[in-house]
Amino acid sequence: MKAHQADRFATIMLWIGALAIVAILIAFLTLILGRGVPHLTSEFFNGPDGVRGQLFNSFYILFLSLVLSLPVGLGAGIYMAEYAPKNKFTDLIRLSTESLASVPSIVFGLFGMIVFVNMFGLGFTILGGSATLALLNLPILVRVTEESLRAVPRSYREASLALGATMWQTLRKVILPTALPGLITGITLVAGRALGETAILIFTAGMNVSRIPFDVNPLAAGETLAVHLFAVKSNPLPGTNADQIADGTAALLIIMVIVFNICLTLPSRWLQRRQLGKNKM
Amino acid sequence: MDKIVVNKLDLFYGDQQALNNIGIAMKERSVTALIGPSGCGKSTFLRTLNRMQDLIPSVKIMGQVKIDGQDIYVAGTDVVLLRKKVGMVFQNPNPFPKSVFENVAYGPRIHGESDKKKLSEIVETSLKDAALWNEVKDRLHESALGLSGGQQQRLCIARLLAVGPEILLMDEPTSALDPISTMKIEELISELKDKYTIIIVTHNMHQASRVSDRTAFFLSGDLIEEDVTSVLFTRPAKKKTEDYISGRFG
Repeated sequence: MKAHQADRFATIMLWIGALAIVAILIAFLTLILGRGVPHLTSEFFNGPDGVRGQLFNSFYILFLSLVLSLPVGLGAGIYMAEYAPKNKFTDLIRLSTESLASVPSIVFGLFGMIVFVNMFGLGFTILGGSATLALLNLPILVRVTEESLRAVPRSYREASLALGATMWQTLRKVILPTALPGLITGITLVAGRALGETAILIFTAGMNVSRIPFDVNPLAAGETLAVHLFAVKSNPLPGTNADQIADGTAALLIIMVIVFNICLTLPSRWLQRRQLGKNKM
Repeated sequence: MDKIVVNKLDLFYGDQQALNNIGIAMKERSVTALIGPSGCGKSTFLRTLNRMQDLIPSVKIMGQVKIDGQDIYVAGTDVVLLRKKVGMVFQNPNPFPKSVFENVAYGPRIHGESDKKKLSEIVETSLKDAALWNEVKDRLHESALGLSGGQQQRLCIARLLAVGPEILLMDEPTSALDPISTMKIEELISELKDKYTIIIVTHNMHQASRVSDRTAFFLSGDLIEEDVTSVLFTRPAKKKTEDYISGRFG
């Protein structure tokens, strides 16, 4: 009877854990959205202190950092999972990636400032910010890619190779599609971090917004929403209602991240279903 | 005519020798069964015939494997072409997480067939040849993972037939299946041998005697004896073979 009781106890504890997560999320969302959403007016975006520029910069920097980091991160991850022989050198690469993944982001920010802002003499730029963000995200991308690919059963590889497929065909047509959900999770994770990153961008992309709307010049300074939130709260400009702007910005950030995740997840589910055939089981 | 001729084949995993000086010939359009206790080298040997064993990093292979007179281990051998000609069915059914149709069309597609009509024809013929068509013709675009284990294994055979192989290697193809599915696969093997050269690894001696023309007995990396199946099972020449088939070990 003891095993039975232990089982019930464990079930209850796990339920409580799961419920706690949901409860925290709901509390968090109601507070932030409740305070912020009422401020999300047209004035909030387009007014003299509007955040239209910051909103644009957030996505622009996210986009550029993904353009810079995805090819390298996916490539390295694929290499590590599929092609790399197992030896001391690849162990070293793996150790390096793991160490890089745990470097505090502000240290990356400092590095970016030294390299892009000072050594290259770019000053505060969207390009420098994106490149530094890409560096922050690279190790995570490599690890997530490697792990998602390793999770694909060996038997799929064998089946494909035994049919006379090359390694590249196997990768493209069997392994990557099967690993897609894992890869999407990784990209979502990285993108979420990029949208919310502050420390790095203060040092590299600066706290100014171009006066031209939707300025795509990568050499302009580009304050993002998250940096804006920090700037407004830590150093409120006289004559503005900093608290309201901060609340609105926080809500907007959350909504952005949620919408972005949905935009990535839904198409990937749809793709998977189409690939798998009509009914899943 | 001999389709496959193996000569003085040695295989090492690192320093460990797994196959000793194997020599055997297999006739075209016949079924050869490889039997022996676990770890005797029968699966390892099977995988040398389409060079799947090459995928394991520490493997060293010496000797000759000739298919249609061509040594498949000489430098410059096109492994892709070899594996197209020498297909393999694995112990556990391993369909891709794709639809039934896409599973069978996979091989022809990677070998350059893109015509929709031709692909449909190939899929239909292959599924018919694998005795699966009637069971799946209404669910070609559903997931292959929804099929039963036995159906999945026949799907894997259909997927293999679709690339037009000449030799079929089967690595304990029924060991994960129930008796009825096993029977269906065995029936299928007897039909397929009119067109293909089949080599089947099995731990089941009854299966070997039911499906094969010749049987080879492996023990600890040695090929102990190879003969016509009925002879090997009733009048083995070697003491070790007799001990094994009479159930004294293994």
